[in-house]
Amino acid sequence: MTTHEIKLNVNGEEYLLEVAPDRRLLDVLREDLRLHSVREGCGIGLCGTCTILVDGKAISSCLMLASQARGKEITTVEGLSKNGRLHPVQEAFIKHSAFQCAYCTPGFILSAIALLTEDPNPDEDTIREYLAGNICRCGSYLNILEAVKVVGKESRDE
Amino acid sequence: MKPAPFDYLKPATLEEALAIKAQLGEDAKVLAGGQSLIPTMNYRLVQPAALIDLNELSELDHIHVDGEGNLRIGAMTRQRRVEFDSTVKKVAPLLHETLPFVAHPQIRNRGTIGGSLVHADPASELPVIALATGVRCRAKSIHTERWIPAEDFFMGMFMTALQPEEILVEISLPAMLSRTGWSFMEVSRRKGDYAMMGVATMVSLDGEGRCAEGGLVYLNAGDGPVKAKRAADVLKGEKYSEALVEKSAWEASRKEIDPFGSVHASIDYQRHLAYVLTKRALERAFERAQASDI
Repeated sequence: MTTHEIKLNVNGEEYLLEVAPDRRLLDVLREDLRLHSVREGCGIGLCGTCTILVDGKAISSCLMLASQARGKEITTVEGLSKNGRLHPVQEAFIKHSAFQCAYCTPGFILSAIALLTEDPNPDEDTIREYLAGNICRCGSYLNILEAVKVVGKESRDE
Repeated sequence: MKPAPFDYLKPATLEEALAIKAQLGEDAKVLAGGQSLIPTMNYRLVQPAALIDLNELSELDHIHVDGEGNLRIGAMTRQRRVEFDSTVKKVAPLLHETLPFVAHPQIRNRGTIGGSLVHADPASELPVIALATGVRCRAKSIHTERWIPAEDFFMGMFMTALQPEEILVEISLPAMLSRTGWSFMEVSRRKGDYAMMGVATMVSLDGEGRCAEGGLVYLNAGDGPVKAKRAADVLKGEKYSEALVEKSAWEASRKEIDPFGSVHASIDYQRHLAYVLTKRALERAFERAQASDI
């Protein structure tokens, strides 16, 4: 099998990569770009641990080929902080202890950001519905819910 | 879990895709949203020699109502786009109501209408809706084009009527009859999981409020979407009553569906769910039909 060259735009930087066409985006982000926040849980799109943003939308990177990401804007949590400051959702997760082992945290944060982009002030049902594709095996759900609710509320108050 | 090696082909036009499919036939799988195909490849249950990626074909990504009032949806239209489309909400409320039950937002952001139908998983929602609404599927090969009614499209577990050289390019949903109510309900262990049982129903009333047309289709109730014809016949010519929906639900859940059971839900429990869901869904559909002013 031949490899081919693809250009990826990840966290605002352009990368020129030589990849085999059958590699998953998840593997290229982890192995070639060393972005270890993108994690494999189930590998079949059930757990949400490998969630990234592609053109602002939350998707499972275990179910997308790197070849399919050509020309798209990819965001991982490594690309969220601006001028040394964490993203408000990251701040809220820390403040509300919205994690225990934190394996699922990058996926939850990116799903929450995708939600807040679509709906800046979601009610609790909307948050539950939207984050249903992310699983936290430690069971920090109530804290996660609280963190996302508070960010939504703060954006409304501003 | 990583897929076995394969070639990746990204045609720029539908013609090019059809030419490749004609040449490679069953050795090549069509890659739509990849939300069912890639998991089965990651598990190595499927090991195609090549993938033909349709994601660049914007001509297959559209939603519009044609001159005859049919809702036409391109095969590559993302489920999430359909979910929020105002035309779909208005002319195909059953499809609109069902989409949030399809997996999770991450999956619906990539998953397509056509991909879900061609995958033909007996436990998935969209084949059930296709059968309940009388969808027709437009299949193209390099030299041919045909419309396949949903009734003939689903041929069993993960099997469709598509020939090796054909690609599903579009679906057409007929306009709803007047005074029609609808409902989709399912029970799953967690939001977004495969449902243990689910039912889609449509009920059309005549001028006297009697059922003129009724339909009931079930998921995870056999080796494809299962249409309960006798349960629908029970409704015909009748007005709503509790006894009527109980009779229909009994017919469907006890006699017509053929669930397999699983570690999470025994066959008896699946039948019980079908009974309860059918009663509730029919009640909702009758209510909506009665409230309908068109």
